[in-house]
Amino acid sequence: MNMMPSRTANREVEAPSSLVVEFGRDRPLVTDAGVELSPFCIAYQTYGRLNAERSNAILVCHALTGDQHVANANPLTGKPGWWTSLVGPGKPVDTDRFFVICSNVLGGCMGTTGPASRDPATGRPYALDMPMVTIRDMVNAQAMLMDHLGIATLFCVVGGSMGGMQVLQWAASYPARVFSAMPVATAARHSSQNIAFHEVGRQAVMADPDWCKGRYLDEGRHPGKGLAVARMAAHITYLSEQALQRKFGRKLQERAAPTFSFDADFQIENYLRHQGLSFVDRFDANSYLYVTRACDYFDLAADHGGQLALAFKGSKTRFCVVSFSSDWLYPTSASRAIVHALNAGGAPVSFVDIETDRGHDAFLIDDPEFNATARGFLEGCARMRGLPQE
Amino acid sequence: MTRSFPPGDPRAALRPDLHVVARFLVPRTRVLDVGCGDGALLHYLSEEHGVDARGIEISQHGVNRCVANGLSVIQGDADTDLADYPDNAFDFVILSQTLQATRRPRRVLEHMLRIGRHAVVSFPNFGHWRVRGQLFFRGRMPITDALSYQWHDTPNIHAFTIRDFVALVDMCEGRIERSMALDARGYPIQVKVPWWFWNLFGAQAVFLLTKDGHVTDNRARRSRTGAGAQASAPDSLDSKTD
Repeated sequence: MNMMPSRTANREVEAPSSLVVEFGRDRPLVTDAGVELSPFCIAYQTYGRLNAERSNAILVCHALTGDQHVANANPLTGKPGWWTSLVGPGKPVDTDRFFVICSNVLGGCMGTTGPASRDPATGRPYALDMPMVTIRDMVNAQAMLMDHLGIATLFCVVGGSMGGMQVLQWAASYPARVFSAMPVATAARHSSQNIAFHEVGRQAVMADPDWCKGRYLDEGRHPGKGLAVARMAAHITYLSEQALQRKFGRKLQERAAPTFSFDADFQIENYLRHQGLSFVDRFDANSYLYVTRACDYFDLAADHGGQLALAFKGSKTRFCVVSFSSDWLYPTSASRAIVHALNAGGAPVSFVDIETDRGHDAFLIDDPEFNATARGFLEGCARMRGLPQE
Repeated sequence: MTRSFPPGDPRAALRPDLHVVARFLVPRTRVLDVGCGDGALLHYLSEEHGVDARGIEISQHGVNRCVANGLSVIQGDADTDLADYPDNAFDFVILSQTLQATRRPRRVLEHMLRIGRHAVVSFPNFGHWRVRGQLFFRGRMPITDALSYQWHDTPNIHAFTIRDFVALVDMCEGRIERSMALDARGYPIQVKVPWWFWNLFGAQAVFLLTKDGHVTDNRARRSRTGAGAQASAPDSLDSKTD
């Protein structure tokens, strides 16, 4: 794996191909770590039109290494948006009907302030001087974006994986601003195993000599090898054993017999190396450290005296919790724990466990049952919200 | 009881036995339907009676139908998921035509009485004369309209009679507030007859229960007095004196 130091990945940090709102020194974000982040930027995309009552806005929250380009071609990769199965004209999150917003998370590297952004105090990239970011910080920043857009109440907040954590945090922090919520393939806290996998990824990045204690951008270097290994390890957790076996088995990569070397003899090796390499072309290494850490710190129950039910007590928000049967990263049991807490808190909640062998990544794949659930839930909520019927 | 409704009326799609269940409920209360299927009863209750309707359903298809109708329904199982609900979370907990298919009926009923101030249970009666007749004369496990499976592939793993159910309610420290026997099509049997008659001629039954010691209205108080209950509530099955 030969990494070039020149970085296309950082192109979007300074000049994102998105809408950007900058919050000046008069509007700092006080983070959970107790630091005032100011000034800071949020890069975001919108689709569809906000109605006159401002009642049809849906916020889509992206996952760990996702971005705001949920339903348009990605400016770095040229690939279609990351959730086009769910979001778009005529899709369950119908951009002909709803005003859809998706913003890059705090700590990200697609235009929202993160460790690759310029620190106004020094003129250099923040690197590890960027304050640590939590899921709640991400959500508080999004709430400032909603204020900026003049949206008092979101019709729905939708997100999977780390995006689902933001959905839960929205519902807990701003219950009156969330009419309905759809947390998908997620958990109310990061498990020990979740933290363990993230730590492997971070250590891989930090073990790369090109990481330079986080100052690689100043040095004109790039810890691509470490970041690629981190992505390879993480990618395994996004797939199920069954899906890996079905897709790759023990098949050899363009050869008839093993080479008795450490080349990528097996197709699965080649696949993972490709995943690692393509990832480093679009993602900042320090950003990876920050967003994984944000997930690790996430424990919604701990913020409410250890009782998750208290996080949603008296909530009027309508919830639809979705899990996928073969997801072992954020397993069905984690979603059930959320459902139990919502029930105990008396919140209206629906729950579906989608039968699939695709693992955690199933939430990004076009699945008719998942689409039907999302469409039905939003349809029912739209009726209750008094939005025009389809 | 009207048996036909204009098209579009939510009652039109409702099974007759569910009408009886609905008659046992009070408007504008919190209701949990365990095994709610496609949500027909919940939909009817929320549209017609302003009920805060929630459901549990085991099939993904059923849950999707419910969610699409704006109902709050959880994919789950009566045997495993009732334990997770807090005490007195609902005014009514409904279990229709499902108790005989649960692995642990007693546990399920106990949870229902714990979660809800009232429980409404409907079930096929294994004491019906056709069932008894088939077993008696043919010596084979019975197959009827209400119990329509071969013994080896039936989901109804815990067959029981109306009388068995009354005994189970007693074991669970529940109390019978109202009850009604239905014919094979699910319509109430309107004839006033002694208790053993229902156990022989009722194809199904519907019971309204509450936790013992939880007296809610006059009807419930009357039903505690055994024989007097039959006098005051003509559709009542609830005397335990045979």
